[in-house]
Amino acid sequence: MSVSEKIVSDLVANQVSFVTTVPCKQLAGVIDEVEKSKDIYHIPANKEDEGMGLCAGAYMGGKRPAIIMQNTAIGVTINTLVTLTQYYRMPLPMLISYRGELGEPVACQVEMAVHTKALLAQLNIPTYHFHKEEDVEELDSILKYTFMCNKPVAILTDASFWQGY
Amino acid sequence: MIRSEVLREIAPILADQLVVCNIGLPSQELHMIDDQPTNFYMLGTMGLASSIGLGLALSQDKKVISIDGDGSVLTNFGTLPTIANNVANNFILLIVDNGSYGSTGDQPTYAGGKTSLTEVAKACGCDNVVECQGEDTGKVLQEALDGDQMTIIICKCESGNVKVPVITMDPVVIRDRFMRAVGSI
Ligand SMILES: [Mg+2]
Repeated sequence: MSVSEKIVSDLVANQVSFVTTVPCKQLAGVIDEVEKSKDIYHIPANKEDEGMGLCAGAYMGGKRPAIIMQNTAIGVTINTLVTLTQYYRMPLPMLISYRGELGEPVACQVEMAVHTKALLAQLNIPTYHFHKEEDVEELDSILKYTFMCNKPVAILTDASFWQGY
Repeated sequence: MIRSEVLREIAPILADQLVVCNIGLPSQELHMIDDQPTNFYMLGTMGLASSIGLGLALSQDKKVISIDGDGSVLTNFGTLPTIANNVANNFILLIVDNGSYGSTGDQPTYAGGKTSLTEVAKACGCDNVVECQGEDTGKVLQEALDGDQMTIIICKCESGNVKVPVITMDPVVIRDRFMRAVGSI
């Protein structure tokens, strides 16, 4: 089983059935698996705050949602995370491509990477960092934790985790 | 006709429907006119009423009406292609287009200038796009509810506001009673 297949199988095992995505090169494999899954309604969003709105609606409709996006999106979505997801107390697993870490070829990505964990900490968002491939073993527990506490939870996945791209 | 008059006129139609209502004055006015557990009031996050409504419509079978504004649609323009490409026939997007940012003091929007939200929605691929005058909103909304097809209504009306209290209900209470009305908890 590839790491992308493992991620999507953990989503499905935790009844996540509504996934919105904004693409990232690093996440292409997992987005393909989401699209292929018969158990998930995949709805690409044009912007991450729009995606979080879709997820809020899906949650209130009785589905477990998730969002897949790049860490640059933290800058885009702070208001939505605070005044929608957190304010109304809704669960939202955020599978995030952590661009700008070791192995990054694009210098500009580092500019957002240096703020990523600080912003998540400031927002009191529980944050997990997948650096080695075996870190994916925690995903199942992280998903259970997210839907237990009804909070947005960040899973940062860096280039070492994806073993280059 | 101004937005609060439109809302007052369509309130009997909205009463037993799931409604996701835009931030600011639209939510405050709807709350004052006819507060219902089937109303989800947005207290923050301008622009996402249509996204929340679409996500809700795609996730369960009951009809969903999102009440949005021209300014809010302009701030989340990406929503229209997403709606067009993810058809939910239980979804109605009602855009109250008064050509102004009502909640912030009626500053003009581009929708009141050269930009037609009706034409934009059509260009984005939305199939049933109906433009109407404020006076006809009730009739058009009822037809959309009876039609079982996803519909985008652009209700053209005048700008202007009435004095209305803020919503003091706790957001978790709004969400909890709404989800009970949906039947998802
Ligand atoms: Mg307006």
